[in-house]
Amino acid sequence: MTVAQPLSAGELEEELEHGVRLTELARVLELVLRGLSARALRVEAGPETYTDTETIFLPESIDAAPERAANERLYKALAVHHWAQTRYGTFNADLDDVLEGFASRERGLAWINLLEAVRLEACLRRGYPGLARLLASLRPRLPEALVDAERELARPRASVGDSIRLARELAVMEPPAAFPYLGSLHPDRVKTVREARVAKERRALYRELAKIREGLAVEGAGEVERKPAPAVEVDASFDTLQFKLEVEGERVEPPPAVAALVRSIVQDFGAVPPEYLVAAGPGRYAPDAEPTDEPEGARAESHAEGGTLYDEWDFQRRDYRKDWCVAFESDVPRGDPAFVAGVRAQYAGQIAQLRRRFEALRGEEKLLRREHEGDDLDFDAVVEAYADRRTGMEVTERLFTLRRRAERNIAAMFMVDMSGSTMGWVNECERTALVMLCEALEALGDRYAIYGFSGWGRKRCEIYRIKRFDERYSDAVRGRIAGVQAKDYTRMGVAIRHLSKLLNEVEAKTRILFTLSDGKPDDFIDGYRGVYGIEDTRQALIEARASGVHPFCITIDEEARDYLPHMYGAASWALIDDVRKLPLKAADAYRRLTS
Amino acid sequence: MNDPARLKVLEAELATIAAEPYYEPVGEEIPLFEAAYSARVPVLLKGPTGCGKTRFVEHMAWRLARPLVTVSCHDDLTASDLVGRYLIVGDETVWVDGPLARAVRAGGFCYLDEIVEARKDTTVVIHPLADTRRCLPMEKRGELLRAPDEFMLILSYNPGYQSVLKELKHSTRQRFVAIEFAYPSADLEARIVVRESGLDRATAERLVKLGGMTRNLKGSGLDEGASTRLLVHAAQLMVRGVPPRTACHGAVAEALTDDREMLVALDELVGAVF
Repeated sequence: MTVAQPLSAGELEEELEHGVRLTELARVLELVLRGLSARALRVEAGPETYTDTETIFLPESIDAAPERAANERLYKALAVHHWAQTRYGTFNADLDDVLEGFASRERGLAWINLLEAVRLEACLRRGYPGLARLLASLRPRLPEALVDAERELARPRASVGDSIRLARELAVMEPPAAFPYLGSLHPDRVKTVREARVAKERRALYRELAKIREGLAVEGAGEVERKPAPAVEVDASFDTLQFKLEVEGERVEPPPAVAALVRSIVQDFGAVPPEYLVAAGPGRYAPDAEPTDEPEGARAESHAEGGTLYDEWDFQRRDYRKDWCVAFESDVPRGDPAFVAGVRAQYAGQIAQLRRRFEALRGEEKLLRREHEGDDLDFDAVVEAYADRRTGMEVTERLFTLRRRAERNIAAMFMVDMSGSTMGWVNECERTALVMLCEALEALGDRYAIYGFSGWGRKRCEIYRIKRFDERYSDAVRGRIAGVQAKDYTRMGVAIRHLSKLLNEVEAKTRILFTLSDGKPDDFIDGYRGVYGIEDTRQALIEARASGVHPFCITIDEEARDYLPHMYGAASWALIDDVRKLPLKAADAYRRLTS
Repeated sequence: MNDPARLKVLEAELATIAAEPYYEPVGEEIPLFEAAYSARVPVLLKGPTGCGKTRFVEHMAWRLARPLVTVSCHDDLTASDLVGRYLIVGDETVWVDGPLARAVRAGGFCYLDEIVEARKDTTVVIHPLADTRRCLPMEKRGELLRAPDEFMLILSYNPGYQSVLKELKHSTRQRFVAIEFAYPSADLEARIVVRESGLDRATAERLVKLGGMTRNLKGSGLDEGASTRLLVHAAQLMVRGVPPRTACHGAVAEALTDDREMLVALDELVGAVF
């Protein structure tokens, strides 16, 4: 992944007097598209304009018209048109296959592209008249020869199949000039991306429905005999993306995860295919790699010298494996001291803004009542004193109110994923995030510590010290932040247990365990993958919560929506779709968590 | 404080609702509430802002013909604000019941809106009211108020806030029957908008569509999507002749966010449906 280097103001003006850069509009476009379709579409700069159904590639800048507004409109039209392709099913036919039947592949593709544009505009006219007006205003009038085709494609039931049929009829002619907002079609790239998503969402829906079924099955009797899993029906509308979920003939309010999945699946297929709803056994996740069973005797003690032993939860036995993991603590070796200075310089503006926002939190004033001395009379106290005097009771002297800064009394433990998968950009962003968090927290005055974690099997769970609670944000700490590196695997449960223990040793009213991670728990060695890893992590979080720690996780794993709610509970996590946003989002999440 | 007129106003807060407040049930909340009422179990309403919690309580108070007092909780709301306090009138102290005490005495409904905002000591006061004891200790008066059967305690809170400082403790929440409120379905929501504003059905449907789109942005820059209440506001502006885009900009976009880019995006979404 690369990030466009921002140009200096001079360069920018010179190059684009009226032009628009994608970087200026990308966020707005992404927000609009997310609002429109309930599923995320990334907007990225690319040499060609097209969509693979998850990313829309747009030109880096547009300077086609003399006014800025017109260039912005073109960007919008490009984004909307390509979104409409994914929303109204342009890729729900295998275009690669279809094109085999054309004499000229190129011409066939050009016709399909054009006819689809006509059909999509009609779809938009029904649902989003404003967007249809935008597209219509940018294209030329259709030639006479296409009037019939246009009428046909404007029918509410028209699909990509109709466009293909018409393209076959019209392919004897050269297609008319393309509309300005028409990009290209890349059926092959779409196919790869779409197939991966389809498979992923099918698995995810399967899991979610299994959970709903399980929930219903539990209400039944003793569970000794396995009852057949209840039937699930989804009645969804392609036009509105509204749907009804019925389990055993009863209407069920779909959980948000299910709602998002169903909407996405309906956009890919027009409906939820019946085979998606076939019942699996109650409560089964999609079969993943199961943990290999080691003999119970193989405890970790013999390797534990200098380490701390922790239990691990085995979800299949519904019991702990005693003293299963060994955690070793060590300092992160110092890294390049220039790194932190570089981040501070590069993000000077954002850091200043963060500090201001965090200082505002600290500056919160609180009115203390019933004080011996203070700025004002405490009227309640006076009244009570009157009443007490009347009733012959002892009269208090605590009659004043006092304004004082509220004591926050929060201790935060930041737990940073240092697994191998964070190599490269994720690691870079994690380190940047740490610098910004430190800067912000210094302004705030909360006590905090930072530890990294990784490991290689249960006998070598590494906990890396970056900053202890009793350490200042010193050069040594800054050096260690710079030295954070991608290491091995992600055995999260033991890290949570160890760091919660450290956190609980700190005297504080509120304790927060804040995890920065790029994915789900995963340790290749001795089966800490899939369900096993997720369930152990969940158990560790439950233990942490029971001990008075508030866990929160911020992650950039696309699939996290499937398992994070299960692990952390619905309200204590945040998902970031773009790793570059991690530094700001992390600080922001912390601020919101504690205000 | 020692103005007798003010005391009268305070007493008038406990009002009986004469006309039926309009309410469209989204699920089984009405029978559930009625059952809880007859079993004398307090109720906790969960859900995002503006989805009809307060209206539901008003409707139920009317339906069951009980007087209702609503307290909007804020972070300086203390236990004495709920229970009552002594005031000085002339040179005398006069006890004035707080809204909670008044509701208990009258056998009415006491609705504590956004309870997590209140100070922690308030929860201590409501605990004995919220279990089988059903009583309100008034320490300052040395009095123990027993709640009549008709008294009902209703709390609301919005679980969407992520702040750990604003979580409802289990010792509190496990005393209540909880009813979750979600946004109504598109069809129902359009009906509500029409009914509340007098807007035509077709435009109301577009507004509801806009509402749905803003809810897609929850978590991607918006803390909450547009509530039904916001949609009703926009509709009310439109009925008074404000052009749809202006109405939605003011009633929806600006009401939801201050973020410049988000505002632009929301205006684009408004432009997509109008």
